[in-house]
Amino acid sequence: MNAIWMEHISKSFHGTYANKEISFSVKQGEIHSLLGENGAGKTTLMKILFGLYRPDQGEIRINDKEVKIHSAHDAIAYGLSMVHQHFVQVENLTVTENIIVGHEPKRGIFLDRKGAEQKVKELIDRYHFRLDPKEKIENLSVGERQKVEILKALYNDASILLLDEPTAVLTPPEVSELFEMLRNLKRENKTIVIITHKLKETLEIADRITILRKGETICTCNVKDTNEERLAELMVGRPVSFEVKRLPWKEDAPVRLELSHISLSRQKKKVLEDISLQVRSGEILGIAGVEGNGQTELIEVITGIRRQTGGTISCEGEVISDTTPKKMLQYIGHIPEERGVRGFVKGFANWENFILGYHNRAVYGTHGLLNLKKIRSTAEEAIKRYDVRTTGVDQTTDSLSGGNQQKLIIGRTLMHQNRIILAAQPTRGVDIGAIEYIHAELMKMRDQGSAILLFSADLDEVVKLSDRIAVIYEGRIQEERKTEDFSKKELGYYMLGGVGENE
Amino acid sequence: MSKAKKLVYILISFLLSVMIASAIIAFSGYSPSEAYSAMISGAFGSTYNLAQTIGTSIPLIFAGLAMAAGAKTGIFNIGIEGQILMGALPAAIAGHYIKGIPAVLHIPLCILLAAVCGGLWALLAALIKNRLHISEVIITIMLNYVALYLVEYLVNYPFKSEGMIVRTEEIQESAELAVLIPHTRLNAGIIIALFLVVAFWFFFYRTKLGYELRATGSNLKAAETAGISNRKNIMISMFLSGAIAGIGGAVEVMGVQGYYISNMTTGYGFSGIAIAVMGGNEALGTLASALLFGALSAGSSSMNRTTNIPGEFITVLQALIIIFVSTPGIILAVEKIIRRKKVAA
Repeated sequence: MNAIWMEHISKSFHGTYANKEISFSVKQGEIHSLLGENGAGKTTLMKILFGLYRPDQGEIRINDKEVKIHSAHDAIAYGLSMVHQHFVQVENLTVTENIIVGHEPKRGIFLDRKGAEQKVKELIDRYHFRLDPKEKIENLSVGERQKVEILKALYNDASILLLDEPTAVLTPPEVSELFEMLRNLKRENKTIVIITHKLKETLEIADRITILRKGETICTCNVKDTNEERLAELMVGRPVSFEVKRLPWKEDAPVRLELSHISLSRQKKKVLEDISLQVRSGEILGIAGVEGNGQTELIEVITGIRRQTGGTISCEGEVISDTTPKKMLQYIGHIPEERGVRGFVKGFANWENFILGYHNRAVYGTHGLLNLKKIRSTAEEAIKRYDVRTTGVDQTTDSLSGGNQQKLIIGRTLMHQNRIILAAQPTRGVDIGAIEYIHAELMKMRDQGSAILLFSADLDEVVKLSDRIAVIYEGRIQEERKTEDFSKKELGYYMLGGVGENE
Repeated sequence: MSKAKKLVYILISFLLSVMIASAIIAFSGYSPSEAYSAMISGAFGSTYNLAQTIGTSIPLIFAGLAMAAGAKTGIFNIGIEGQILMGALPAAIAGHYIKGIPAVLHIPLCILLAAVCGGLWALLAALIKNRLHISEVIITIMLNYVALYLVEYLVNYPFKSEGMIVRTEEIQESAELAVLIPHTRLNAGIIIALFLVVAFWFFFYRTKLGYELRATGSNLKAAETAGISNRKNIMISMFLSGAIAGIGGAVEVMGVQGYYISNMTTGYGFSGIAIAVMGGNEALGTLASALLFGALSAGSSSMNRTTNIPGEFITVLQALIIIFVSTPGIILAVEKIIRRKKVAA
């Protein structure tokens, strides 16, 4: 029996198809992965299924019955439930209260808190969720909050769960726990759809996979019959190389960036504590960690945006005492964490954003004037060299796709300041094709002798690119080793502060 | 929004305003066509009328550019009214008390003094904003009152001329801006205004400092990351904004009045806000919308004289234009409804 059956689904926005004649079916009791790059139409399709968009055409059946879904309310009535990537929860209410909000059980005119807690407790025990129904949301980790969302779906008797990028915010141990939970749910004959672009995880958890590309269904296949390379090729539409080649690492190369005993306090709270790191010419040092453990603050300290309360930063062997952004830009090429916030100026054309931060250099004009001819030709060169897909230097950067915005920023950084590079989330929200390209560029810079400090929430990326990894937890470096000396399990262990079971 | 789309929105706003104003005029028992034809001929009908239109636009160009200069850097300078006064009075004083120098020296001197005084007055707001983190909107509004009463005091007591009227002594002939068409407001100040329009564009689009100011105006954090000092830029932008306003005040004294007179400029500063918004905070746009407002205002006074239709209707039209232009949401909402109907049909 098909739990979900969608046929000939089309939806266009302003004349461009987000979904075109899509066919998608999920068998009851299976875990099905909906795979595709950003903009492939996954989310649109799920929003149609969940009643948030109305399709231009197409037919939907739930449990083999034809249905018309006009709202999320309808969808829930058909047993569908969606766990969004960014969940909305009330921080100072308990797990139970968050689950029952909207359909509170009543006894007379009073809230039946006991009864609700009882029901939530039963669900937790049945699916081995390891959660306290009376705990407040604010005391929970991201992984636990996600469990609350899944519980909410189960509480509403959902038989079909749609999970949008569920692993994006989780650490490796949390991911394995989530997968364990999903397998339990499957055993209870629940149907699960995971929307994702992560290939490894798809292969690990899914029974079948449907791949979308540019709004169309490419194929549906069994996990058994496929592999990572094949999936990537189907997703991108051309062969993708996962290998990164690198020259051997030299431990005696000169140190270009050195942090010694950096600490930062904010409102008497220690945000960074005694951080000492060295990045050598020709190496990539990766900082692994769950987001919010001081990475952003450390980036801000290194780039001079925020002044550390203790410790020193040295570039090229020279201690920098007045760390302003202007000063640090002379030493460190900065690929900012959030490109839309710190990376480029909205409304600026590509050529204007291309010189941002380097606009005062004499090549771009003397006597305080902008040498438009020179700037535009250099920007044009960068657009060609870094494969930025754009109508030209005059297009505004904010109208480019995320991947192309990032390529422009990376091109700007690498062309202007590449002896020391601070790359923060260099491939966040970027397509596989662009990821492959960005990784290759960073690796090329490394081989040419750049010292690269990499911050990434994507652990696979950190492991793939780094020569050495330092794990940050609550503003401290927990452990620092060569990449090959860490197992994935150990990394997860240190990312959670070195507590819990270790081999 | 693209530039072309913006222009279309402004045109639609304008048409909507004209339509609604027509309805109001008709509802009040007057003929809209008579009103508009009187207004149009009043604004453009003869050399005299056209000169009057352009002359009326001069202070509006300055006020609009002053507003736009702040807005380009993300600053909402509502203190232009005060900054105009702070430029006008020093120009009047320098125009009267400095004697025996040729016009080629005297005029630039008065203009420069007005620019510096207006600029410093605005800079005060920027200093307070940077130091105490208070919104410039509040500070500049407050400083308007301080400026107004300070200038009123000075013109009422230390610098008051002989006679019944509260005004300063007349400026020397060497400080006067020549009137280009006799008996109109059109004076050589238009040359200064047009020069500033070009300079405004050149500064913001061809110099590194202008580039930095625009970066600060569009994205503080990206600018900060790029080593740009937002605090410094806010001060520079405020100074420039105030300086342009100050020059506007000086031109009013040197080209129209010949002295500083109590309550001289009421309202220009606030018209400047609307003009800059309508002009998209760009040099040419501001010039165009200042000319439009000048035409409306010159046309309305002529309509007052030639018909029995009250000129206040043009003020209503102006207000409608401001409402529609400054709230693109209204037109966007209308557009949405139309689109939905199309889909349904």
